[in-house]
Amino acid sequence: MEMPKPDPKIMARKAELISCLQAVLPADAIISEPSETRVYECDALTAYKCPPLLAVLPASTQEVSDVLRICHDMGVPVVPRGSGTSLAGGALPTADSVILGVARLNEVLETDYDNRFIRVQSGRTNLSVTGAVETEGFFYAPDPSSQLACAIAGNIAMNSGGAHCLKYGVTTNNLMGVTMVLMDGTVTEIGGAFLDAEGLDLLGLICGSEGQLGVVTEATLRILRQPEGARPVLIGFDDIVVAGACVADIIKAGVLPVAIEFMDRPCIRATEAFAGAGYPDCEALLIVEVEGSDAEIDEQLETIMQIARSHNPVELRESNSAEESAKIWLGRKSAFGAMGQINDYMCLDGTIPVSQLPYVLKRIGEMSKEYGLDVGNVFHAGDGNMHPLILFDANKPGDLELCEAFGADILRLCVEVGGCLTGEHGVGIEKRDLMHDQYAPGDLDIQMAVKDVFDPKWLLNPAKVFPLAASDTRRIAAE
Amino acid sequence: MTALTPETEADLAELITQADGPLRIQGGGTRPIGAPTNGAVLSTSALTGIELYEPGALTLVVRAGTPLSAVEKALDAEGQRLAFEPMDHRRLLGTTGAPTIGGVVAANVSGPRRIQVGACRDHLLGVRFVDGQGQVLKNGGRVMKNVTGYDLVKLMAGSYGTLGVLTEVSLKVLPKSHATGVLLLEGLSDAQAVKALSAALGSPYEVTGAAHLQKGMDGAPVTMIRLEGFENSVAYRAGEMQKLLAGFGDFTVETDPERTRAGWHYIRDVVPFEGRAGDVWRLSVKPSDAPGIVAGLPGVEALYDWGGGLVWLLVADGSGLNATRIRAAVTARGGHATLIRGTSAEAFQPLAPAIAALQDGLRRKFDPRGLFNPGLMGQAA
Repeated sequence: MEMPKPDPKIMARKAELISCLQAVLPADAIISEPSETRVYECDALTAYKCPPLLAVLPASTQEVSDVLRICHDMGVPVVPRGSGTSLAGGALPTADSVILGVARLNEVLETDYDNRFIRVQSGRTNLSVTGAVETEGFFYAPDPSSQLACAIAGNIAMNSGGAHCLKYGVTTNNLMGVTMVLMDGTVTEIGGAFLDAEGLDLLGLICGSEGQLGVVTEATLRILRQPEGARPVLIGFDDIVVAGACVADIIKAGVLPVAIEFMDRPCIRATEAFAGAGYPDCEALLIVEVEGSDAEIDEQLETIMQIARSHNPVELRESNSAEESAKIWLGRKSAFGAMGQINDYMCLDGTIPVSQLPYVLKRIGEMSKEYGLDVGNVFHAGDGNMHPLILFDANKPGDLELCEAFGADILRLCVEVGGCLTGEHGVGIEKRDLMHDQYAPGDLDIQMAVKDVFDPKWLLNPAKVFPLAASDTRRIAAE
Repeated sequence: MTALTPETEADLAELITQADGPLRIQGGGTRPIGAPTNGAVLSTSALTGIELYEPGALTLVVRAGTPLSAVEKALDAEGQRLAFEPMDHRRLLGTTGAPTIGGVVAANVSGPRRIQVGACRDHLLGVRFVDGQGQVLKNGGRVMKNVTGYDLVKLMAGSYGTLGVLTEVSLKVLPKSHATGVLLLEGLSDAQAVKALSAALGSPYEVTGAAHLQKGMDGAPVTMIRLEGFENSVAYRAGEMQKLLAGFGDFTVETDPERTRAGWHYIRDVVPFEGRAGDVWRLSVKPSDAPGIVAGLPGVEALYDWGGGLVWLLVADGSGLNATRIRAAVTARGGHATLIRGTSAEAFQPLAPAIAALQDGLRRKFDPRGLFNPGLMGQAA
């Protein structure tokens, strides 16, 4: 993966930069020793690594503003970092950049149950937001798989989703306001404890902008009352097409499950070998979960099972207890680990129209044979967000490149059938060079024009999202 | 002046490329919010038709000028709907004509169910539009989850035609509910009502409407809570809700489909203020702040929606209240106020300088010649 060449002029001014930062940050918030900056050399896309020039860990909005102003004035690129769990390389540094980590911004600032929001500093982890309100029976809905570790700042940067977004939406649907610092140090407030902020929808624009428009330091998030209960049903099919039809029928029936998860045979077999959840050995498996009181759950599950029966399932297993629910979810939740047990894997994240599911799975199977690499498919079927896991051997020369080429072909297929390159992981560096497959030059230009407005010098996370050749003139002109 | 009504996206793009003066962008023209802008009316009303509708995937792709009624008819045939329940402004504003889906998106128009399912912008999956240089651009798509590049979809929603002219929108649609139950109680004070609504919204019973009228259909204050879903589930939750709110009084439950529908249209379209003299303001605030804000503005009549987070105010002529005072009351606590009906002030809330600079910067990028709705949304002249 190509990255811009580090600017030797910036690297030569490291000592000067440190001394400017020392005036605004405590000593332990500046990390400059090469042995320590190495911690920040990559995120969860570990195939690409580069230690930054420096890392800083500001503990307040004011400190973030000071850091950005200094870097802005000296022309130093800044790469914001939440918890470094990005699978897309969203927090990959360059050698001439400063990593701005938000880990010390982890306080809860306000909880308000009457008005159903929480205001937190952006370095707080996703799960600990729910942790702060669950004793009162509330939760924060977006639940990315990395929720134990990932920070709200990163969730906002990538507009993270999760398994339950079919019902509750993704980050952008649960974000009410932010405090955001622009690259020149200007502190802005957008939205708050009220709905639909005034003016253009800058909040919607910031969410998912991959840390390229500003650094979010505080966020007002919608919290919801926990449902009375939730239970899944497991449905096995001998035909992927039939499984897809079943998903469409469930959705059309007016039941709104909180999640519809799908696994194909390679993934089922891998998880069975790994976790022994007792899944049937079949072509396609659905886990459909609904919420409500016990009686409400029974009624919804009965409707779903009636629909399933009309599609001749090979397995139909309703959960009647917390233990049974846990067993049904066990395989799904260990799917990634199970695949990782077999080999190294690359996790993709394209979205397709649900109606294209059978065709896309068939094509992925064909391509798997052509490339000679195995694939397991596990994904959020209700919204068409696929996570094909391509197995490869990182120690085998050329295998990573082969896997990346295969992955790119799958993502192009997603676009070709009316979908998109990434449903919840973000573009980062990983899908940067595929953006031309989804967008015409003008469509990319207008997005880059947005960055021109927020960050005219193109210093914030500059080498992400857009193909380097497309952003070249802007990045160079800004220097 | 006759409106320009291009019949294809290409014609629209050509027309904008050739334009040499300001254009007033219009869908059905039923929501003339904000100061009248200059220039020739450019209407999308001839860009009509449903491009794609997949009920099993809950997605609809439709040309911007398609009448909302045609969209709703198509969805209704499959038992689905636009869940964000867009308000019809015609009765409140005394306008005529046919609202378009593009107009709904351009003004991010939502209704009572916004409190549960989100606003129009939360259901918008993709857009096609023509920018100020006549370029046809797209963003988003027709799938539910999409983080590919910047989310200009959200940016276009609620941009009132100031960034581009929408030609096509993709929307997430949802199944209609099988049954509706509405809990009703008369006589609560504003403060008590908002407390009751907060308790309802903080329950696990999935409230899809939470409103309070100072003057209901029969003149008395009325508090309304809507539950939707399968029949047994609605009945169960209504019962639980009555227990939960027993401290506020004995809520009755209305389940007649016609009456419940009419009741929520009454709220959605702000019918109580129809045909009555005075300015109409729309306030977005923190729900618990709402009663205090209203109490500090003597002589107004209020309708609370979204559990108190949305306040409609009828400000009688000669009340002595002006925009400065109303906006000060709101911004002191956080929120914003829009003048929906009346000309006594700038309709849109003035923005903080840093935000205004970003907004102006975006407008200059999308519309470098300043063709689209100049003066609207508080743009510096």
